[in-house]
Amino acid sequence: MRRDTLALYGRYMAVALRGQMQYRASFALLSVGQFFALGIEFLGIWALFDRFGSIRGWSLPEVALLYGMVNVAFALAESFGRGFDLFSALIKAGDFDRLLLRPRSTALQVAGSDFQFLRVGRLAVGLVALAWSASVLAVAWTPAKAALVVASVLGGACVFYGLFVLQAVLCFWTVESLEIMNTVTYGGTETAQYPLGIYRPWFRRFFTFVVPLACVNYIPASALLGREAALGVPPWLPWVAPLVGVAFLLVCLRVWTFGERRYRSTGS
Amino acid sequence: MKAYLSLFGARFKTLIQYRAAAVAGFGTQLFWGLIRVMILEAFFRNSTAAQPMTLSETITYIWLGQAFFAMMPFSANPDPEVRNMIRTGSVAYELARPLDLWGLWYARAVAARSAPTLLRAVPMFLAAVPFFGMALPPSAWSALAWALSMAGALLLVSAFSTVITISLLWTISSDGITRIMPALVLLGSGLVLPLPLFPESFQAVLRALPFSAMADEPFRLYMGHLPPEAAPAVLLKQALWTAAFALAGRFLMARGARRLVVQGG
Repeated sequence: MRRDTLALYGRYMAVALRGQMQYRASFALLSVGQFFALGIEFLGIWALFDRFGSIRGWSLPEVALLYGMVNVAFALAESFGRGFDLFSALIKAGDFDRLLLRPRSTALQVAGSDFQFLRVGRLAVGLVALAWSASVLAVAWTPAKAALVVASVLGGACVFYGLFVLQAVLCFWTVESLEIMNTVTYGGTETAQYPLGIYRPWFRRFFTFVVPLACVNYIPASALLGREAALGVPPWLPWVAPLVGVAFLLVCLRVWTFGERRYRSTGS
Repeated sequence: MKAYLSLFGARFKTLIQYRAAAVAGFGTQLFWGLIRVMILEAFFRNSTAAQPMTLSETITYIWLGQAFFAMMPFSANPDPEVRNMIRTGSVAYELARPLDLWGLWYARAVAARSAPTLLRAVPMFLAAVPFFGMALPPSAWSALAWALSMAGALLLVSAFSTVITISLLWTISSDGITRIMPALVLLGSGLVLPLPLFPESFQAVLRALPFSAMADEPFRLYMGHLPPEAAPAVLLKQALWTAAFALAGRFLMARGARRLVVQGG
């Protein structure tokens, strides 16, 4: 990695932002629409708590912490990982060949090829949920606890970013982007909105050891809420668990270089 | 009438070819269904009080929702081909045909809502009934009531999505409407959460909307949560809303065609 890599990435972001600022009305409409859609989904969650009181002993504000963390994380990954999300278009048009010719890593170029900064509906919903739960919960907030929330969100963003990279890697073989990846991206978001303890064992294992969403959401949140006893893990573990998200992203980037070597142009 | 039926037949035959897409869609729906079943199981385990719907009814409801998800007006709505026609200006050819344009687009909508649904619903039944706790209708009468109301739902959804397609004559891109409308339909049809599980006051509002007749009421006829005797009322509701959307669609289309500016080139 060269020293000016970050500077180049910053340049890519600045260009994308300047471009998107040309479409302010579209941005406002899309964000309002997204906010509205997620708000309606939250109505469903609220109705369930209104009827049943709690889920496995977790109250609505506690679940809102999970909900807020995972949605902010996903929103960040969606904004920055859009290049990978739209990668199949690059392959189909044969435009990936051009990236191969440039003296920079392809992962960096794909990462910089597109951003989505202005669709902030999900981010707003997540932040509102986080703020509400933080103010309602009887948690004695300390700098360490606040740092754990931030680390979990960033770790979660890394996990989702890694999933977008994997989705793009699959395009090296399939050309077309696979809808099945939505089950772990959007489906993962849905899953992580509730305490992982409610799911069947195989499902829990999948979202802990294969796609480590639990490490950046359920496990640290349990520590914040004083529920670490239910996890059955050493007490220090939740405080470092978000690092697993970073490790997951690094593994995914390794898989990217592996997949890239098997790339064959579509020739179009 | 024959022209519209044969148009429907042609579109249906085209759309039933997309089997790979159906397999992918089936996998996704199955996964989502599992998540939703596990979430609701956990909520039900939390409370011993009697609920307006039992857990096994709720599970069947969820799987019906997954099976008929493609019938709901989300994907391919507004009609992507009509959207393209309007953007490129070739909608002018449509206007020149010696047929009623609303009927034409309605036939397209019925095909777009039925063929992909058939491809996804059949495997969903085959998977969910033996393996994932989906029940069959308790009686032949319930099954009949469900089948009739499902057909009614198809006609209703198609009339609704035709109105959305016609709105393209004004908005051209339809980005705004396609963001907000699905959330409303999801909520009102019971696909976010079965309607009987909402608080009472909330249910009253949702029942007054047309969306509950698109999924919730047929589903409840299926499992006997609504007795078969309730079927005529459901069918009447569907017929009235279908007529309302058809009239609205025709009215909008007449206005739209008069002021339509064909995007040239």
